[in-house]
Amino acid sequence: MKEEDRLEERNPIENFLRMDRIPHIWCPGCGIGTVVSSFAEALRKSQLDLDKVAVVSGIGCTGRVAGYVKLDSFHSTHGRAIPFATGLKLANPELKVVVFSGDGDIVGIGGNHFIHAARRNMDIVVICVNNFNYAMTGGQVAATTPILANLSTAPYGNFEYPFNLPYLAEACGATYVARWTALHLRRVTKSIQEALGKKGFSFIEVITPCVTLYARRNRLGDGLNLMKYYYENSDIQHGADTRTLAIDFQGKFKVGKFIDQEKPTFLECMNTHLQKTLGEKYIPHGVKP
Amino acid sequence: MRKVKADPKGVLTGAHYLDGDFSIAEGALAAGCRFFAGYPITPSTETAERFAERIPFVGGVFIQMEDEIASITALIGASWAGQKAMTVTSGPGFSLMMENIGLACMMETPLVIANVQRGGPSTGLPTLVGQGDMMQVKWGSHGDFRIIALSPDSPQECFDLTIKAFNLSELYRVPVFVMTDECVGHMHEKVVIPPADQIEVVQRKWYEGPKDKYLPYRPDKDKVPFMVKAGDGYRFHTTGLTHDERGYPVINAECQDVCVRHLADKIDHNADKIVEFKEAQTDNADVVVISYGITSRVATKAIQEARKSGLKVGTLRLITVWPFPEKRIRELAKKVKAFVVPELNLGQVRTEVERCAFGQAPAFGVSHCGGWVHDPDDILKAIKEAAR
Repeated sequence: MKEEDRLEERNPIENFLRMDRIPHIWCPGCGIGTVVSSFAEALRKSQLDLDKVAVVSGIGCTGRVAGYVKLDSFHSTHGRAIPFATGLKLANPELKVVVFSGDGDIVGIGGNHFIHAARRNMDIVVICVNNFNYAMTGGQVAATTPILANLSTAPYGNFEYPFNLPYLAEACGATYVARWTALHLRRVTKSIQEALGKKGFSFIEVITPCVTLYARRNRLGDGLNLMKYYYENSDIQHGADTRTLAIDFQGKFKVGKFIDQEKPTFLECMNTHLQKTLGEKYIPHGVKP
Repeated sequence: MRKVKADPKGVLTGAHYLDGDFSIAEGALAAGCRFFAGYPITPSTETAERFAERIPFVGGVFIQMEDEIASITALIGASWAGQKAMTVTSGPGFSLMMENIGLACMMETPLVIANVQRGGPSTGLPTLVGQGDMMQVKWGSHGDFRIIALSPDSPQECFDLTIKAFNLSELYRVPVFVMTDECVGHMHEKVVIPPADQIEVVQRKWYEGPKDKYLPYRPDKDKVPFMVKAGDGYRFHTTGLTHDERGYPVINAECQDVCVRHLADKIDHNADKIVEFKEAQTDNADVVVISYGITSRVATKAIQEARKSGLKVGTLRLITVWPFPEKRIRELAKKVKAFVVPELNLGQVRTEVERCAFGQAPAFGVSHCGGWVHDPDDILKAIKEAAR
């Protein structure tokens, strides 16, 4: 038996990965890889036809996910993964479209698209890896950086109020909202699986350590330490009021599934409304006869 | 490439009284466009309105996005899902689209953008005509790339050239622009829409080989790679990063050279097939007036007057502005005394004519900052000066 044929020599999720692009670019101790593993496991469990699953990323460390998953995958521009996904989904409603990107991409530069896709209840799954900083460019302050955290463009500590992402998502109309840390492997997997099985705008925030920049600048130890720290300082409170989910610098914070509701999607609203208004003459879109 | 007859569902056959903006929407529907994402902006909004009104009876999607950045990006997604997609905008919205126009070029994505030009820069003259985006459409996004831009001079041409824009975009896997202007956009004229079986539409080259052999960026003989769509099981990857034939990022100078030159070659190599212009009375002309869009109609008056006074004036009207009819300009430059280029900007296409003329004949501009069309007398004056 050749070495690469031995099961233990192979990556357990290699069927989901573009193995010809491995090794990846992420730093040792980074949390993005564990979220990708959870995503792969969730896909396997979901038993979705993988030919009908598309992944869209923006720019940044997490933006590289689209390049590694063996699915129809699109590495778009900074902040624009959600409108790209909107186009894909509306043009072929058969697709299950997943946006996989970072906090800077999704709620920093892409914040406008995020709130509008949630408002419209666009039928996409958004996985947001939140590492509290712009990591690809060298650790700059972000819209998610906790107050007091030190970053290269906040060299004396951050003094801006950060976003509370689950609160934002709920306020804008998301039908599924959850937050976990990268070490909640099983729970991240379950949340992604639930989101894949749902219709509507689903949002999953995963708190991950950025060992090379955020952790180093703030003297928070190595990746594993920080991963454990986040895990141990997060309190599972399913259904918690999203207004109470702000994250303080190295403070305790809440994780869990906060919102899980049913609401017609953009396309369902469009088809129902136009059918009602225009009657027989209306040609429904994306509805199998 | 596959040529087919238009789907009759989208074709509003008959003689109509339409403005240019509406005609663009009708051209798109006739060409098989079933996805429109846009954002309201004067003087282009009527195209979006028309599409929103018509699409429920044709089958497809109209979505008003949160801004022009979202609109163009949604088109790229829709195109990769297999739909023909378009948007419409004007100056400020066009500026917002620039980054993702680059993405569409880099991903080699067919789509159509109409720009109903108004006076710029900045907010400029929202309700008044301009032609100031002619260089922006060519160079506005960063880096080197090529696009195709058409310039209609009437509502009828808005219809015809929008179909042509879709056909070219499908044929070359490139964004194609319908660069009209407020005057043509808001001008009402007779527009004849032929029966569907007389409208030829082009479908992009779909790849049909073995799934594991598909390379999204391997050029075919005509330099254009085959395309697949999301959901068909090819599990392909595409990126705005410099990439190899697999679509995988490769960050070095060698791959950059192949990747970027390909984007240019694809259009340059096929330029003779793409370029279209209308020429008249250039055989013995001393002066040739080169114009496009609304300006070519205004110039007609000046040309008539000049001919009456005995001047030998030829005309060359650009249908494709980009790629530019370089060869023809070079040939004419050897024969004529001078060119006259009236346009509603400070000489964007004039400098291109000057470049192509290679010093053989001067190019006199008749510049105008927009807000109104030229006074034909100004063009006449320039023709007389050029003929001297």
